[in-house]
Amino acid sequence: MRQIRIHGRGGQGVVTAAEMLARAGFLAGHEVQAIPSFGSERTGAPVVSYCRFDDAPLRTREPVLVPDVVLVQDPTLLATGGVFAGLATGGLVIVDTTTSAVEVREAAGAQEVEATVVTIPATSITLRHLGRPKPAAAMLAAYAASAGDVTLDAVTQVFRERFPGAVGEANAAAADEAFAFVREELTGSTESETDAAALEAREV
Amino acid sequence: MREVLEGSQAVARTVARCRPGVVCAYPISPQTHIVEALSAMARTGELADCEYVNVESEFSAMSVSIGASAAGSRAYTATASQGLLYMAEAVFNAAGMGLPIVMTVANRAIGAPINIWNDHSDAMALRDSGWLQLYAADNQEAADLHVIAFAAAEELEIPAMVCMDGFVLTHATDVLELPTAAQIDAFLPRFAPRQALDIDHPTTIGTMAGPESFTETKYLQHRRFLDAAGVLAAWSERFHEAFGREAGGLVSRYTPDTLDRARDAAPADDGDVTVIAMGSVLGTLQAALPALRAEGVPVRLVGIGSYRPFPAEALRAALGGSRHVVVIDRALELGSGGVLTGDVGRALAGTRSRVHSVVAGLGGRPILEESLRAVVRRAHAGQLGPLELLDLKEGGVPVPHEGATEVHR
Repeated sequence: MRQIRIHGRGGQGVVTAAEMLARAGFLAGHEVQAIPSFGSERTGAPVVSYCRFDDAPLRTREPVLVPDVVLVQDPTLLATGGVFAGLATGGLVIVDTTTSAVEVREAAGAQEVEATVVTIPATSITLRHLGRPKPAAAMLAAYAASAGDVTLDAVTQVFRERFPGAVGEANAAAADEAFAFVREELTGSTESETDAAALEAREV
Repeated sequence: MREVLEGSQAVARTVARCRPGVVCAYPISPQTHIVEALSAMARTGELADCEYVNVESEFSAMSVSIGASAAGSRAYTATASQGLLYMAEAVFNAAGMGLPIVMTVANRAIGAPINIWNDHSDAMALRDSGWLQLYAADNQEAADLHVIAFAAAEELEIPAMVCMDGFVLTHATDVLELPTAAQIDAFLPRFAPRQALDIDHPTTIGTMAGPESFTETKYLQHRRFLDAAGVLAAWSERFHEAFGREAGGLVSRYTPDTLDRARDAAPADDGDVTVIAMGSVLGTLQAALPALRAEGVPVRLVGIGSYRPFPAEALRAALGGSRHVVVIDRALELGSGGVLTGDVGRALAGTRSRVHSVVAGLGGRPILEESLRAVVRRAHAGQLGPLELLDLKEGGVPVPHEGATEVHR
């Protein structure tokens, strides 16, 4: 089973991101589930959502407690302490930020955590293509670039289906750019921790 | 076709394929997505030959549903929590008048304190309203139950609530296979009301009944309700034949080791601890209990599919020789214990059963697999009391269970 937790703020499409990830995972042949966690329904309030992939139909309704993957749509959430909580050993953390993996770890107080940290300026990319700070497609594309259980094609397809027309195309364009960015980051010799391929090999 | 859908969307599409003549509802979380989707389908024409009526309150939503049903239309509405309470007077009237309205209840806590999240307090408050109450274990069953609910309600002339856990199911996205419109057309008989208001043949429905006839009227309502268990079981059987999957039914049985839902699973045995639960926690129990079985704890699972009528006979049959019962209850009867536990206790009167009430998930508290396993382990070890609130925080300080990591938000 692959378990994913998504952090963001009300209005950023955190719940939509989990649903879109489930749809993309289904296209990749997984059984899937997306669970939103609704807080106080205020724009800007911290929001968490969850997604699971598995080979067998998913039965549990438990929130994801031990994520293999954490997506963070807003770097200001790093300081709140919960982003690395429960992360499975060797897990993957993808953060929407213009800073580096080292700075992400510092902000989260997670210098020693055994994890792969990938950074992606998803909101900046999305603002250029879509004009709105809704980075879900770019974040999911970053996930597709870092792990083997969803593809970029699946991500762009589910956004085109859900938002037909210009909005879907803009999301797909943001996804393309984010995917290329992360692939370059992972193959380059930057400060990023390039071992995300290990996750790719792990059984879902 | 298997597809990825939000629970609310699945329910809305299935209801539309049941071809209601009138849909009238007032929005309230967590039910809103359902009626929003139906409203959109009424505008696009996907929901054809249906009048979608906007009203100013839940009381009016049920009143319009009563009028529509009395005039001979298949009527549907949906609500939750305070909305259900606000329409309560009309809810009882619909049952007393024998109008087979179907209503989704997206189960949610009741204030105060105000809370938008899930538990079963809302439907439980109306358990004696004379409606059928069917509980969905997952989103597939939530969708399928609406087909069964229309069929059974209309045969019985008793209205039906389809209860699905708010947010936990309504807002969750799952892989589902919805019945197609053609399949439902073949399965669900056309609504042929035995009573319908007709200006050429005037009658009165729901007239005054004084002391000379009120008892007899209630007795007849009771007798009709006694027929409901058989009718519900028969429609679930037909559904299984037509669609090849389980939905509805009075109780659900599960295989001992894999916890697959299976109608022919053997009853529990002497020495088994049997967990009885209702709604979406059944899925969490299916995921949680195999590990306990592997540890050697002899645990079995029985689900309550129909809370009203309460399936006492089917429950006793599923329990077999097991006399040690843990009820996972999502509503609290203050000063007593779980609401479902009361019904289970009454069904098991005289059987010398030990019944523990575990109240869990109030106001949206997540129900964790490890917490469920821990409570069953303690029941098996003889260490569980008659009433426990699962994961109760003591002294105001959160005490997460071993292995859990709380997500700070």
